[in-house]
Amino acid sequence: MRRGQRAAVGLLILSGAGGCHGPQSVFSAGGADAIELNRLFAVMLVGAVILWISLNGLFFHVTRRRTGHMSRKLAEAVIIGGGILLPVVVLTALLAWGLSIMPDQRAPGEGLRVRITGEEWWWRVEYLPEGAAGPVISANELRLPAGRRTEIELQAGRVIHSFWVPGLGGKTDMIPGRTTRMSLEPVTPGTYRGQCAEFCGASHALMALNAVVLEEGDFARWLEAEAAPARPEEGEGRAIFFREGCGACHTIRGTPAAGAVGPDLTHFGSRTSLAAGILPMERAALVSWIANAGAIKPEAQMPAFAHLSKTELDRLAGWLEALE
Amino acid sequence: MTRSHASDAPLPEGAFPPTEAMLSEPVPSALAEAQADRLRAVWATPKGWRYWSAVNNSEVGVWYALTALAFMLCAGVLALLMRVQLAVPDNDFLSADRFNQFFTMHGSAMMFLFAVPMFEAISIILLPALLGARDLPFPRLSAYGYWCFLIGGVFVMGSILFDAAPKSGWFMYPPLATQDEGLGSDIWLLGLSFIEVASIAAAVELIVGVLKCRPPGMRVNLMPLYAWYVLVVGGMILFAFPPLIAGDLLFEMERGFDWPFFDPERGGDPLLWQHLFWIFGHPEVYIIFLPSIALAAMIVPTAARQPIVGYSWIVLSAVGTGFLSFGLWVHHMFTTGLPALSLGFFSAASEAVVIPTGIQLFAFVATLMVGRVKMILPMLWIAGGLAVFTAGGLTGVMVAIAPFDWQVHDTYFIVPTCITRSLAAWSFRSSRGSITSIPSSPRRPCPSGWGAGPSGCCSPAST
Repeated sequence: MRRGQRAAVGLLILSGAGGCHGPQSVFSAGGADAIELNRLFAVMLVGAVILWISLNGLFFHVTRRRTGHMSRKLAEAVIIGGGILLPVVVLTALLAWGLSIMPDQRAPGEGLRVRITGEEWWWRVEYLPEGAAGPVISANELRLPAGRRTEIELQAGRVIHSFWVPGLGGKTDMIPGRTTRMSLEPVTPGTYRGQCAEFCGASHALMALNAVVLEEGDFARWLEAEAAPARPEEGEGRAIFFREGCGACHTIRGTPAAGAVGPDLTHFGSRTSLAAGILPMERAALVSWIANAGAIKPEAQMPAFAHLSKTELDRLAGWLEALE
Repeated sequence: MTRSHASDAPLPEGAFPPTEAMLSEPVPSALAEAQADRLRAVWATPKGWRYWSAVNNSEVGVWYALTALAFMLCAGVLALLMRVQLAVPDNDFLSADRFNQFFTMHGSAMMFLFAVPMFEAISIILLPALLGARDLPFPRLSAYGYWCFLIGGVFVMGSILFDAAPKSGWFMYPPLATQDEGLGSDIWLLGLSFIEVASIAAAVELIVGVLKCRPPGMRVNLMPLYAWYVLVVGGMILFAFPPLIAGDLLFEMERGFDWPFFDPERGGDPLLWQHLFWIFGHPEVYIIFLPSIALAAMIVPTAARQPIVGYSWIVLSAVGTGFLSFGLWVHHMFTTGLPALSLGFFSAASEAVVIPTGIQLFAFVATLMVGRVKMILPMLWIAGGLAVFTAGGLTGVMVAIAPFDWQVHDTYFIVPTCITRSLAAWSFRSSRGSITSIPSSPRRPCPSGWGAGPSGCCSPAST
């Protein structure tokens, strides 16, 4: 009984505030920038509600309650007070606060740099640790250390995209021919969801990614594992992968597959999502993705492999999943 | 020609200036009647199929308004279809391609085929009457503008029936839009160029109308506020549309002749388009909004039974808003990675617009305070419009703060900010539809029951 009640209350709250939760919400903030901006929003929201009620209340008052015949002096004072003094004072204060947090939110990061490139419709993610010879290449998932500001460089393939993880901080556009930059300072470990925020064509809405925030030590261990080549199993799955020419587009370090057109698959199996944040990393989803990617993500460049039999698809998916 | 004609004419004779006695001499009634008949014949609406050759503002203005309304209904249908698609997750009601065509056309139609033309339509209908003129100075220019608008609008809107509509967003950002393989982008550029021409024609017409068609004795500092707003908006259109036309030309040259203005691989820059588009696009917001608040500026003193308080304040604010609106366009580009100094400047400039807007709103309140308010029907629309507009305006104050915009830019936070303001504009404008007592109103008043319903449900539904 109590359980049922609790569930009912929970459902009620969820239905009311459904938009304010979840890994892609601004309100489930786990980054220093997002937390600061939520504070700014709360103050602005309260101010806006007060101003809205006062202004519309004043209008109601002068048209319904006390209609007219007030002194001209008072009326002119309303114009100067409401139209000039009030906005000057309120907006000066708001600008001073709002703009003062801008440099902090774009402060340069320490140590690690991450380069993210927006492709159609997935993310190329390269980690550039301090002093490393080359980048550690990954895709469609971003991992960041908690408690430290990380520099993020943004580039774009063919069209404009925008990189945004609402729980961690604001967005910055990715523009072909330019390198834009931003930085993020996650504070709470956990998984946050990012989404492309600039219309980029047919599958714009299906271009997401998980941002996994790890403790400093966990992150260092993860990055070391990510930098290592894959340990692919032998077997039929591997044979199918090379027979179908998957290596022309995808790289699996430690094998002859070295294509750079599609996402790097070296540690594919250890990712938390499939197809740029839109499918769970599960066998069934992977099979249907390989069979016909375009049916799931319209106009995706990956060709359909519907000619493979069910068992072949299953073997291939199993082999890919084992790339941890 | 003129000179020889003048020399042929009989020399003037008699006393000049005419004396009082000469002026009061009655005109023979037959002559007066014949003159009146000739005058009526000249101004008569053409009959039959010649009706479509009419150039008078009373006909052209009505066509303009009805056509803009029809385009709005089309855009509304597109919006409803999109909402059906978005009602449940993983819906396959619309394909991705068609959805993108719909949302591009919805935005483009509301912006270019409804909001701006509707202002022009209402001004073409109202302005001569408010100025005591028979018509606008260049009736054929109005008609030309209308036919341009109709052709361009049908061309753009019709493309959706052939599955060839533009699909790169109403903002048409390159490289996505320039590299688009279909005809859509070209249709957008060519069709909307017609509409840009129509807008500029209407702007020229209205500016000259305000400046040259006033009755004797109505100096600019005495003319109705509506005429002031029309003058400001006309000036804004003249300066805002050319950058867009320039952008369109560059864009079409890239698509048609492969000149790489926006192609980064060959030395172009996609951001160039964004600057050109938004230096048009931001003034556009006020091009939509000012004509609407202009109607409020006429209705409020009527309802208050009191001349407007702070006439000069309002005129200066309208001019100030028009001027400032050209210095804000970068707030549409806060996330493009521009330097922090630019962002700070454009944040402050965006907030500064609150001051002239506030002055206008508080001048209305001041007028209501001084006068003897009668809650006529249009005042309900004004109240609803104010409620919606202040909500849109206050969220606008929030998004003008650059770091906050980094979170909400391109999200559903912006959509209502933009739509509530347009809706407020619309509802101020609707107030005109039910007005009873603007001086020289050419329309019959409508029974007050008609308009009260929508004004009541407009505000809660949209805020």
